[in-house]
Amino acid sequence: MTAPTSVSRDIVESGQRAARRSDSSAGSQTRQARFRVWRGDSSGGRFEDYETQISEGMVVLDAIHQIQAESANDLAVRWNCKAGKCGSCSAEVNGMPRLMCMTRLNDLDLEQPVTVEPMRAFPPLRDLVTDVSWNFEVKKRIAKFKPRPPDAADGTWRMAQADVDRVQEFRKCIECFLCQDVCHVLRDHSKHDSFIGPRFLTYVAALEMHPLDTVVRTAELKEAHGIGYCNITKCCTKVCPENIAITDNAIIPLKERVVDDHYDPLSALVRLFRRKLARDD
Amino acid sequence: MGRYDTHQHDVLIVGAGGAGLRAAIAAAAAGVRVGLVCKSLLGKAHTVMAEGGVAAALANVDDRDNWRVHFADTMRGGQYLNNWRMAELHAKEAPARVNELEAWGAVFDRTTDGRILQRNFGGHKYPRLAHVGDRTGLEMIRTLQDHAVHLGIDVHMECTVISLLKDGDRIAGALAYDRDRGRFRVFHAPAVVLATGGIGRAFHITSNSWEYTGDGQSLAFQAGAALQDMEFVQFHPTGMVWPPSVRGILVTEGVRGEGGILVNKDGRRFMFDDIPENYRSQTADSEEEGWRYVQGDKNARRPPELLTRDHVARCIVREVREGRGSPHGGVFLDISWIKSKITDAPAHIRKKLPSMYHQFKQLADIDITSEPMEVGPTTHYVMGGIRVDGDTQMSTVPGLFAAGESAAGLHGANRLGGNSLSDLIVFGKRAGEYAARYASDNVAGNIDAASVEDTVQQALEPFGRTGNGAASEGPYQVQQELQEMMQEHVGIVRTESEMNSALESITRLAERAARVQVNGNRDYNPGWHTALDLSNLLAVSEAVTLSALERKESRGGHFRNDYPEKDPAFAGFNILVHRNNDGSMRISREPIPEMRDDLKQIIEENK
Ligand SMILES: Cc1cc2nc3c(=O)[nH]c(=O)nc-3n(C[C@H](O)[C@H](O)[C@H](O)COP(=O)(O)OP(=O)(O)OC[C@H]3O[C@@H](n4cnc5c(N)ncnc54)[C@H](O)[C@@H]3O)c2cc1C
Ligand code: SF4
Ligand code: SF4
Ligand code: FES
Repeated sequence: MTAPTSVSRDIVESGQRAARRSDSSAGSQTRQARFRVWRGDSSGGRFEDYETQISEGMVVLDAIHQIQAESANDLAVRWNCKAGKCGSCSAEVNGMPRLMCMTRLNDLDLEQPVTVEPMRAFPPLRDLVTDVSWNFEVKKRIAKFKPRPPDAADGTWRMAQADVDRVQEFRKCIECFLCQDVCHVLRDHSKHDSFIGPRFLTYVAALEMHPLDTVVRTAELKEAHGIGYCNITKCCTKVCPENIAITDNAIIPLKERVVDDHYDPLSALVRLFRRKLARDD
Repeated sequence: MGRYDTHQHDVLIVGAGGAGLRAAIAAAAAGVRVGLVCKSLLGKAHTVMAEGGVAAALANVDDRDNWRVHFADTMRGGQYLNNWRMAELHAKEAPARVNELEAWGAVFDRTTDGRILQRNFGGHKYPRLAHVGDRTGLEMIRTLQDHAVHLGIDVHMECTVISLLKDGDRIAGALAYDRDRGRFRVFHAPAVVLATGGIGRAFHITSNSWEYTGDGQSLAFQAGAALQDMEFVQFHPTGMVWPPSVRGILVTEGVRGEGGILVNKDGRRFMFDDIPENYRSQTADSEEEGWRYVQGDKNARRPPELLTRDHVARCIVREVREGRGSPHGGVFLDISWIKSKITDAPAHIRKKLPSMYHQFKQLADIDITSEPMEVGPTTHYVMGGIRVDGDTQMSTVPGLFAAGESAAGLHGANRLGGNSLSDLIVFGKRAGEYAARYASDNVAGNIDAASVEDTVQQALEPFGRTGNGAASEGPYQVQQELQEMMQEHVGIVRTESEMNSALESITRLAERAARVQVNGNRDYNPGWHTALDLSNLLAVSEAVTLSALERKESRGGHFRNDYPEKDPAFAGFNILVHRNNDGSMRISREPIPEMRDDLKQIIEENK
């Protein structure tokens, strides 16, 4: 049995803070808000207006669910985790690509109706749901992970945390495809046939910089994956809900590798050799 | 069956979480044609949300760990109602399954000598959870998904199975509809693996998504398979409680594993007040010892915050009921206090618990490096499920297999954190392998076109009811009432009278569910899908309630106010739910087979 600790004063104080938080929200903060939601399908659609009661802490996805339960039972929306972890609820909120479950209403101007529409770089299926199947096809075209032989007799590998940190940043990707949505190569120029988009450049970066991987993907990056189309406007980085530095940490280093391997024969040799050495130690 | 799209597979896998993907990989490796269907997009299943880690006795951080200790921990946590054969296989095979993920590209956090790092978790004697910060599930599902992509598996995304099809006694396939157009599809397969996850949406406060409506359990039951241990529902002690819209979202046990403490409104660290007898010898007796434990001191014992989930959840309920809770009806979970112990605490917390930091900052406007969180119990996991054979994962219906959260057995009365992710890969693999073997040994069965047509007509009924006026209502209202009713009457603390009234409510709600109307057309219509989910939710709610009434004692995740003690008379059997010919439920008690002597000895040695 132990007595209250030194942290107890902090806790008691923050209890009071939490209580104040709820006091301030109890009565005053519930209010009506207007939502302008795109309703339609692949043949077209239009915005419909809905009103619903909102309260402290609500996110856009809550409002959509409430509208669904109250007045539009068939309003189509994807979601799973409601905690920013699955990347299902991507949409454009007031014109910005966002996760609906991570967009708090009190961060928006509620004097105006909140506009909610599907991602525009993908074909609409129904209401807020788009056909993102193209993304799943793209992944199949990327050469898969192939590790070097195990380091230890028991079939396992040794890697330093410092070396995996870089890859782990890219592996945080939740495949929300918001970066794909905002990239003008896909959105405005529809280069879906010849450009894999920021999500999959990040994916290739994770493979290429994986301490165990042995495949070199620079040729396919240049030819099939169209890395040359990216002109580093960084729009993708700005919308990534996982704060992945898509352009600085993934795309630019990949572009450098492509240049090294394919435009500069001498450094290409040195690089390949160096990379091979690194993999053998 | 010309009216429907039909697909032929050798093995049909229902569910693309960790268990389903691992099963698909195993079946494909066996050389059979594999089909995989899932309700959401690939990579979005529940497994993606798992945070803390995957349990495997790799002994990378503490070399005293091995499969025997893991086995004993799992059995003790499950209060010895586990299928001991599954607990044995799980403890033995988990390390190989985790290492295999690395060979497929997973990148776990590392020890200083470059091996997979492991962290502390409730109920595990030694640090045992391989993890990637607090997004282990994402790492796991992505690795399996990316590996499976190249294996020639036919994936049917956003496709929901509504009925299993049988040929006589054995399985012959499944009927499903696709979400985008609402078209029906018939899958022919001699072997079917259910990997559909849990039932948490039967309750109001839950960490589970819309998918967790107990489909697999209900489909299997309708097909004549037995369910087991359905009374054991896990309420995770730490869900978010504020603001209301995030209520129930999980706060990983990893917070406590990294040193987070539970405190009541008076600042008292209440977990020291009640340490169960069978854990006393393993639990720290001072705060100082608990801190040394989370810092990796091998001579220290774990702090009481890391006792099993059932116990911690009940202690929190006690604090709240006795008026010592936090302002919004929970208690405080504080990790920021470690700033008094280590210098770079905020950076350390952000590194170890990045998505928790993110989640509280964004959803609750709280910085967990400087303020405590408010937490309370949330419905999280179901230990019970489809009864399976421990080695092969086959259910009581020939050709029908189950794995992962939809299957029962491994966890007994209470699951240890991290034991689910390892369950998925160990038994997902086994299910896939044995299903492939079964499919190779048996020709496909015949599917009765008339019964398919019947089911399709039934599924479309809610549209026909449109405009019926006062007699009908929308599906969301029925769903919500069911969730609130179950939360209240069959939640963390149960009594006979409340559960009897729950059964009456279920009957009334079933009548209402049969009358709900939906509007719009079949294209991606969530109202319609909710209407179809209702029968599954009602079936699992009834199974949970009937089983909970039968177990007149308190044990693990099941706590009865009218029988608050553990009763040795209930120690020797599992409770099964069977289907009567008229479709109603029948309960039976199934004795647990005598444990092998060598396993008994392991348990003795680890007491
Ligand atoms: C927030 C959270 C954190 C967790 N953290 C941990 C942790 O740290 N460690 C741990 O071990 N466990 C953890 N768990 C538990 C663990 O994540 C789950 O138990 C596990 O992921 C379940 O995996 P599964 O493969 O059985 O099912 P899921 O991953 O849920 O997959 C189910 C699949 O079945 C499909 N499906 C369902 N019904 C149908 C149908 N009718 N037709 C077609 N498809 C269907 C779904 O679409 C989905 O693809 C956590 C759970 C949650 C919710
Ligand atoms: S930086 Fe490149 S990938 Fe990103 S949005 Fe711009 S063009 Fe697209
Ligand atoms: S890189 Fe970021 S924005 Fe792009 S899909 Fe992944 S998480 Fe979403
Ligand atoms: S619902 Fe999962 S990211 Fe929004």
